[in-house]
Amino acid sequence: MAIQSPSLDIAGTAPLGAALTPVSRGYWQSVRRRLGRDPVTLICGAVLLLIVTSAVFAPLLGLADPYKTSMIRRLYPLGSPNFLLGTDELGRDMFSRLIYGGRLSLFMGVTPVACALLIGGSLGIAAGFSGGWVNMMIMRIMDVFYAFPSVLLAISLSGAMGAGAENTLLALTLVFIPPICRVSESVTTQVRGFDFVDAARASGAGALTIVRVHVLGNVLGPILVYATSLISVAIILAAGLSFLGLGVKPPEPEWGLMLNTLRQAIYVNPVLAALPGVMIFITSICFNLMSDGLRAAMDVKA
Amino acid sequence: MLLYALRRLIYLVPVAFGVSLLVFALVHLAPGDPISAIVPPDAPQEVVDKLKEYYGFDKPLPVQYLRWLAVTLTGDFGTSIGTGRPVATEVASAFGNTIILAISATTLAFSLAIFLGTAAAYAKTRIVDRLVTLISLVGVSVPHFWLAIVLVIIFSVELGMLPPMGLGPENATGWRLDWPHIQHMILPTIALSVIPLGVMTRTVRATIKDILNAEFVTALQAKGMNDRQILFHVLKNAAPTCLAVMGLQAGNLIGGSILIETVFAWPGTGFLLNSAIFRRDLPILQGTTLVLAFFFMMLNLTVDVIQTMVDPRIKRG
Amino acid sequence: MDALVPRQDRAKDRGGPAQPLLLAEGLRKHFPVMGGLLGRTTKVVRAVDDLSLSVAKGETLGVVGESGCGKSTVARLLIRLLKPDKGTMVLDGDPVDEPHGITVAELRRQVQMVFQDSYASLNPRLTIAETLAFAPKAHGLPASEARERVRDLLAKVGLEPDTYMERYPHELSGGQRQRVNIARALALRPRLVILDEAVSALDKSVEAQVLNMLVDLKDELGLTYLFISHDLNVVQYLSDRVLVMYLGKIVELGSVEAIYGNPQHPYTRALLSARPSMDPRKRTKEAPIQGDPPNPIDPPSGCRFRTRCPFAEDVCARLEPQLADTRAQAVACHMRVAGSGHSKAAAP
Repeated sequence: MAIQSPSLDIAGTAPLGAALTPVSRGYWQSVRRRLGRDPVTLICGAVLLLIVTSAVFAPLLGLADPYKTSMIRRLYPLGSPNFLLGTDELGRDMFSRLIYGGRLSLFMGVTPVACALLIGGSLGIAAGFSGGWVNMMIMRIMDVFYAFPSVLLAISLSGAMGAGAENTLLALTLVFIPPICRVSESVTTQVRGFDFVDAARASGAGALTIVRVHVLGNVLGPILVYATSLISVAIILAAGLSFLGLGVKPPEPEWGLMLNTLRQAIYVNPVLAALPGVMIFITSICFNLMSDGLRAAMDVKA
Repeated sequence: MLLYALRRLIYLVPVAFGVSLLVFALVHLAPGDPISAIVPPDAPQEVVDKLKEYYGFDKPLPVQYLRWLAVTLTGDFGTSIGTGRPVATEVASAFGNTIILAISATTLAFSLAIFLGTAAAYAKTRIVDRLVTLISLVGVSVPHFWLAIVLVIIFSVELGMLPPMGLGPENATGWRLDWPHIQHMILPTIALSVIPLGVMTRTVRATIKDILNAEFVTALQAKGMNDRQILFHVLKNAAPTCLAVMGLQAGNLIGGSILIETVFAWPGTGFLLNSAIFRRDLPILQGTTLVLAFFFMMLNLTVDVIQTMVDPRIKRG
Repeated sequence: MDALVPRQDRAKDRGGPAQPLLLAEGLRKHFPVMGGLLGRTTKVVRAVDDLSLSVAKGETLGVVGESGCGKSTVARLLIRLLKPDKGTMVLDGDPVDEPHGITVAELRRQVQMVFQDSYASLNPRLTIAETLAFAPKAHGLPASEARERVRDLLAKVGLEPDTYMERYPHELSGGQRQRVNIARALALRPRLVILDEAVSALDKSVEAQVLNMLVDLKDELGLTYLFISHDLNVVQYLSDRVLVMYLGKIVELGSVEAIYGNPQHPYTRALLSARPSMDPRKRTKEAPIQGDPPNPIDPPSGCRFRTRCPFAEDVCARLEPQLADTRAQAVACHMRVAGSGHSKAAAP
């Protein structure tokens, strides 16, 4: 938990204020300060920023058309003239497709976590703060989803609903709601046990006001840290679904789907066939390290 | 203890009920009519109606659910639309193959993780700790299906050392414990073990580090115990936490093997599920999902009970 | 301060000085203990059992007892952080949470509480000013006025407003934090303040300063205190009347002079004799109390104290002694009731 144990009480009522530095730091300020001193997190952030911005602004970068096929120049190796990273099984420029691929891959990874954060977080906080039968109802429903291994749930859901980006997003959101809800519920229950929440209740304030002022500030950190740790899982899972043919449909550039379609090329140009996975790997490792850095900076226990 | 296990089992009943509801709903999540998967699009209407009646799709949903549940509870999961064989038979043979792979992957992942995690927690030099942390980071970040492809590229395509796909030699039926079959297992086992390896190494390292910082370890040192005796105490205290994570990882590994099984054409539940999805073989999809979820639930229950047994701090009456 | 408080924000004395400020009748709180195969309630902890008390206007009522006797539960019941299973409460003539009475929200405006743990009772993410302004703002006070009130409150509890308003709880010492907690309790201009072990966690020197401040604040603001503590000396210093609790029940009740000068109940005597004394002539002669309190899940039959009472007899196991008035104080002990059947009791 983010709440530290009471510090040692040294002085009594002497005007301690004079001895202390006049600048008083809030929680988020100190988080920012600690993040600024963490080189690994900063580097990962920079790499991610590069991937994200180049994906977002891909059309402005003057890249080759990622959809333009050519029967003649299929599977060019890396370093070919005009094709820095070669061409894929349909002769499309790999470099361009890898950059463009980031758009869907990142979107498919981040969106479900964001949606699940909103839904699962609200449900978890509601369950934790209400306690009683509201908690029972919400958490028992989550238990049902917990009875499935997450990958199985994602694949069965999107398999049943059929291929397509929307169905993948929906399935992944459903997969991530229960864990986020559980974490939110447990930190909220902890915070609710603190006397300051009782004091707020005793002041006659409404439940929503108490949640907004006293609960959110204390639970958002841990929940956010947990959610960021799921992004890397989500990106891998989304790519995996596309790899199985359940996610994005061809000819869209997407890293998981590219891995799938390039599988036939492993005997011809193995390095090329592995390239989209490298992108997934880099992105996922950066998100994981960022999440670790955030956890440390926010002083949240695993 | 027995009471606790029993109570957990009773508690599973409503969860299992919910699970069955969700699995039943899978069929109705599918676009269009569940019947449309079976009949050709140009089938005459009366054939469609006959089939609907035969499968019970003309009844209201709650009735359909209850009928399905009643039949399923007897162990009859229906008939595969693709092969015409009973779903139970198909799932049973695939499940066996998945378990074989899962056992070898968990054994590899957990033994390596315990070794690496302990080594990192005890490491006197930073390099060892850093290295292990890096390994676990790679383990949790690497897309394992991509790693599977890379393994195939290196060991099958480039070096020609190991077979790239299948359960065993071409004419083999079923799995046997001999060298050709083990050769086929090596690559899938490695690919499948990376995620649990990463997660478990992290857990073991963090747990042991925490315990080493605890006061009782200092007290043991003060009592004059040697390092090996202390290690025993430390591992005993780390066991409950690690066990809990292990259980979850083992379950997730079985669920997650679908991607690996697809890459290596390993005839397990994942492979079955994948082909069922593309043949729109909904009974297989339902049956496989149900069996895997049920297995996962039981695994969690077992881990939970074992954890209570080894952890004296948890008293659950 | 008065000028800053909107008129409707101030609770008026209604029933005159003779009417008790707070009257609680037959309060009961049992906590279920889950168990058994289906996780049903199999046992209950009888934290507070049919407890009645009244707090007079302007007095300080001390509540003492060992830890686990239900003191804190009483506090939480009185401010309705816990809902009593049974019992009624009347605030200055108005029944609480009843059709013709006042709402719980209204009760909480007039009754406030200071918690024991000075750190846990302050939100670590909020500055002192934000914490103090929370309740007034929740009751509709505009931000600028709330800020003025915060300054005023801080000054009242002896903390320089400009220095402390923008600080966070971790930047304060325990004594300073508890002053903030007291200021928070005063933010709504309550009439009754419940102090639940409010000074127990402080160093002795800091404790004395805070206690003196509490006395001053009471005079200045015309407050009434319910002072809960396990520390008999502190209770003696602050209280007008004292209530002794044992296992969820009142065993003795009386003026501070009567309780400390002439304790009637064996439990009260044992508590007082266990007090460390600097004066060797005042060394304890009575046997100190032995063992731990019994489990409140299964309290002893009859008198709950009998398992540890040196004078326990058959009647104590059979009949539960009622709180009976004996001149200045009320005692729940068969020895003090004429004709109760106890050998030490007077003849009827």
